[in-house]
Amino acid sequence: MMRVKLGTYIVKRLFLMIIVMFGVATIVFFITHVIPADPVGAILGGNAPIELVDQMRHQLGLDKSIPLQFINYMEGIVHGDFGVSLKTNRSVLKDIIDFFPATIELAIVSMIFATIVGVVLGILSAVYRNKVIDHFSRVFSILGVSMPVFWLGLLLLLLFYYRLGWLPGGGRNSLFIFPPHITGLVLLDSVIAGDWTSFWDGLRHIILPAFVLGYASAASIARIMRASMLDVLRQDFIRTAKSKGLSKRVVIYRHAVKNALIPVVTIIGLSFGSLLSGAVLTETIFSWPGLGRYIVNALLVLDYPAVTGGTLFIAFIYSLANLIVDISYAVLDPRMRV
Amino acid sequence: MSEVKGVAQKGRFKLFLERRKPIIEDWKHTFYLWKSTTLAMVGTVIIFVFFGIAIFAPLLTSYDPIAQDLDNRLLPPSSQHLFGTDQYGRDVFSRVIYGSRVELWIIFIVSIISVGIGTLVGIIAGYFGGAVDEVLMRITDMFLAFPRLVLAMAFTASLGPNLTNTIIAISFVDWTVYARLARAEAIKVKSQPYIEAIRGLGAKNTRIMAFHVLPMSISPVIVQLTLRMGTIILTAAGLGFLGLGAQPPIPEWGAIVSDGRSYLVQQWWITTFPGLAIAIVVLGFNLLGDGIRDILDPRLRR
Repeated sequence: MMRVKLGTYIVKRLFLMIIVMFGVATIVFFITHVIPADPVGAILGGNAPIELVDQMRHQLGLDKSIPLQFINYMEGIVHGDFGVSLKTNRSVLKDIIDFFPATIELAIVSMIFATIVGVVLGILSAVYRNKVIDHFSRVFSILGVSMPVFWLGLLLLLLFYYRLGWLPGGGRNSLFIFPPHITGLVLLDSVIAGDWTSFWDGLRHIILPAFVLGYASAASIARIMRASMLDVLRQDFIRTAKSKGLSKRVVIYRHAVKNALIPVVTIIGLSFGSLLSGAVLTETIFSWPGLGRYIVNALLVLDYPAVTGGTLFIAFIYSLANLIVDISYAVLDPRMRV
Repeated sequence: MSEVKGVAQKGRFKLFLERRKPIIEDWKHTFYLWKSTTLAMVGTVIIFVFFGIAIFAPLLTSYDPIAQDLDNRLLPPSSQHLFGTDQYGRDVFSRVIYGSRVELWIIFIVSIISVGIGTLVGIIAGYFGGAVDEVLMRITDMFLAFPRLVLAMAFTASLGPNLTNTIIAISFVDWTVYARLARAEAIKVKSQPYIEAIRGLGAKNTRIMAFHVLPMSISPVIVQLTLRMGTIILTAAGLGFLGLGAQPPIPEWGAIVSDGRSYLVQQWWITTFPGLAIAIVVLGFNLLGDGIRDILDPRLRR
């Protein structure tokens, strides 16, 4: 019975996601095909010869009517064909496959960092409410959601790279270190290949960007964890556990934390979206060869096929993350399945 | 004669106070709570200083934020130039000061547009329900399927990066939040008996929505707006930093940070001070927002 219901819920959500993705593709079509009055002029400049302009309009399919363009566009997307990047002259899909692992690696490391720091700070904050550690954790949190990511990144770069020289200044690996290529995730590949020099090098490169990117998420996780812990600690079953004579340690770690973690799961999932947004800025500052930087560069030179592909892909990943959060929530809490 | 009039006026004022007593008590209690939340007070002070700086900008600095002075390039902070000068010899302090006007303008217009679109969509969806609701909410979901900054970036780049388009882009990304809130409120309000009564008197749907549902749904939207103002600044500054927002020579804080990027190592002041300004103002909005949330929390109010 349970299983059937969960199944229908997942099917319903998947169906909704298909509709939403169709809408997402339409929004991106408007951004890349309808709003720009003269994309070719913007790319080639005002003085380009007319033959060149015509040729490019033809290449981009802009000489057709808007509805026809829309049909061609949707057809391309369904086949995973976003066209050819005007800048790199390669298939946009290939570009995305090349650039995406860097982003996902950065996002995963940031998420791990944010979750550990956020959950630990949240627990300590709630257990030692209004003590020094609580104040420290709250200041840490409010600063985390207030500081602009790009500014924090630049200042840390100034301190740890230029002034102290402790950490490298950007990129995924040093010049003469060639990490093995298996999955595209440098750290994972190095471990698989047992190449510890390259692992250490990759780790040193990812520390600063992962901290900068994960800080805001760590801050919001800490806040939610604190509130959730305080809520749980007030519940009757905690009083029961205490009156049974269990030690404070067992009550907190065996009973309270487990229950307090449920709302945190949602926040961790939702943070993934802000991570993808933040990745755009973080990757730009740390010259991280990921999808965020790819999209920024494409936007700055109005490389529309690349913009279309990159934006759609990011939206797809983001929606997928939200779907997974909703489903895992439904598994954890059956009341959510409405 | 005038004495009689004075007494009458006083009487009326007392009557007014009497009738409004519960509301006034409530306000007093709110004020008391606000005073006892130190952080909310700190936030309020920061925001007031920010408004003050934006209003009195020309009185606070004698340097032009835009005019170049190539003889005084890249000077370190001194009593002449509090925050130093940038690569065009412009005083960074006065750029930061005038930048507050740019940020305030962005917040103001974005708030109006996004709250406008959001409440309109939300109230229509919530009030009519059914198919209308389904369609409008799916459209909202479509906008929510993008990471915010990415969608705003794509919009500005496509419209042509400048200040006005930055504002349009952020508004187009931000309205979804208010739409969802207003919808939830509208659903609550529309099932109230007094709405039924007004409809029985012959009021049209538009009238009910504009004069009865809207005023009852707007307050959570306004609270959410104050909570989101910090995010609006961060998004605008992020766009400016990437070169996809306000264009030079407009002293937008994010754009100034970006100006200083190539001079980071030797001339740290160009990057540091505008970023600090963003951090402080966003901190102010966040503290105030937290305070408002605490004050409105019924558990605390009791």
